[in-house]
Amino acid sequence: MNTQESAGAKQRRSAGKLTGAALRNLGLCLYALFALFPLIWMIICTFKSDAEMYNTVFRFTPTMENYRAVLLGTDYFKAFLQNLVVSGGAVLLTVVAGVPAAYALARYDFKRKEGIAFQILSFKFAPEIMVVLPVFLIFQKIGLYDTYFGLIWVYQVITMPLLIWVVRGYFEEISVEIEQAAQLDGYPWFQVFFKTLLPLIKPGLVASGLLAFIFAWNSFTFPLVLSGFQIQTITITSLRYIASDTIHYGQVAVASMIAVLPEIVACLFIQKHLVRGLSFGAVKG
Amino acid sequence: MSVSLKERPSQVQNQEQSGRINYNEIPKKLRRRPYYIIAPGLLILIGILIPFFAAICLSFTNYSFKMTTFRFVGLKNWINILKDSAFYHSLLVTLQYAFCATLTEMLLGTGIALLLKKDTKFSRVLKVLFTFPLMVAPAIAVLIWQLMTSNSIGILEKVLNVFGVFNFPWAASHSTALFTAVLIDTWVNTPFVLLLVLAGIQSLPKSPFEAAQVDGAGAWFTFKTLTLPMLKPFMYIALLFRLMAALQEFGIIFALTKGGPGDTLMNISLTSYLTAFQFQKLGAALPGLLILWVLINYIAKWLVNRQRKLARQSQGY
Repeated sequence: MNTQESAGAKQRRSAGKLTGAALRNLGLCLYALFALFPLIWMIICTFKSDAEMYNTVFRFTPTMENYRAVLLGTDYFKAFLQNLVVSGGAVLLTVVAGVPAAYALARYDFKRKEGIAFQILSFKFAPEIMVVLPVFLIFQKIGLYDTYFGLIWVYQVITMPLLIWVVRGYFEEISVEIEQAAQLDGYPWFQVFFKTLLPLIKPGLVASGLLAFIFAWNSFTFPLVLSGFQIQTITITSLRYIASDTIHYGQVAVASMIAVLPEIVACLFIQKHLVRGLSFGAVKG
Repeated sequence: MSVSLKERPSQVQNQEQSGRINYNEIPKKLRRRPYYIIAPGLLILIGILIPFFAAICLSFTNYSFKMTTFRFVGLKNWINILKDSAFYHSLLVTLQYAFCATLTEMLLGTGIALLLKKDTKFSRVLKVLFTFPLMVAPAIAVLIWQLMTSNSIGILEKVLNVFGVFNFPWAASHSTALFTAVLIDTWVNTPFVLLLVLAGIQSLPKSPFEAAQVDGAGAWFTFKTLTLPMLKPFMYIALLFRLMAALQEFGIIFALTKGGPGDTLMNISLTSYLTAFQFQKLGAALPGLLILWVLINYIAKWLVNRQRKLARQSQGY
């Protein structure tokens, strides 16, 4: 009797577990549909001709016409390259100036250290429009409006706090003894830095650099206000596809696809450091 | 695993014990070195932020892109904006948008993170896939959702047709525009909350849960008294980052409707942008932004303080 009861209870429990698992997977699948289907639909739309766009859903004859139209017919590829230069340049400048700053914040004790660190972080929370309006004014006066350098400079507001805060955390994890050992061996400071420290933080540095690149790549407000005819980033050029009345939806899809693809590739490389980077080092996932 | 935004007590102690950088023993010349090292980064940032302080001064002028001269007008811009009903409307929209978007993302992100708790191959693959929308730029996200919601080619229209709904207006109607914008924001940013909470879940200590199981605690009780309090510091960081961004959201709304239809989605960022560039009145555009900035700073400070308190509590000191 006793054993029978417990068997029944076990059965009930395993049944409960099964429904639990089923519900969990159902929830996950629903969210996956929400999160991923727009991207899949975008890819599907890139291969649809304008005619088939309206009367087909999943069955159609794929065409490369949209790709040809966007890549050869418009200056979208030029915007892609310009975006690459601006974002890449921004990350480069950030790394050159930001890594030493991160090192100083991690290793030295000096007056107002935490104050400076927090000030750097607070730049991230300033409303972008508020930063950009006066910058627009000054850039026009000093001739930086619509130039590569102007954009690269203003992008530092996005990339620098991220890199300094994240890389600082990686520096702090390296034990001081390693550095001291190298110093005792008589290496000058730059060799200590390049030969012992840099290799140790390299994965973290690459990851936060890539994340900073993604942030810069996605920036919308800054190029909207600060770039004109000379430099057009991808996020601004893509607006053209929203504004026009006779929309070639296939080309809209290709335009989005080209903008998203490099980011997804970069995102796959930095999975391990993603949480840490996104939270500015606050959560070490 | 630390989830503190600023305090690093252990770090400082380590340095003092190792004696490598004993502040009083190092010569004065070397004491300045950290400032030299930090200077380039700081100069680049401060260089871009000089205009930032100019913003405060300009808010007291009638500066306009149309005219070559401008003069000091005192508090006129500030008084005008505080008397303007459009400003209160934009403040309301800002808060509405931030509240709806952040709440949805927090609930959905935390929920999905809890579903992904079991570390299986399936959940690991899903976790990677779920990060994709987070990488998409706001303007591009709007494009992608245009492909979904278009009444002529969108797949959602076809799905809704099955349920007898035709020509759902999405961003074009006063009553559904906020919903559409929040939907896109949710699509992009839910993974952020998800990743942070998931990192929190994976760092949970095992022993309290084993103890709870031995004591025969129910699943809900365990969640309420153990899981949730221990996850709170992580959720606060997610909340902090999301709320700060949502309060100043510009890209999604600008790309979607430029604040329309009418003034439905005119939050402070958009109102100020249009005042500055469409109406060419820079001086008048700034007070609203400065108010938003103060608001954001105040909320951020409050959240950071609460987060630190919670992190200390959950670490047991």
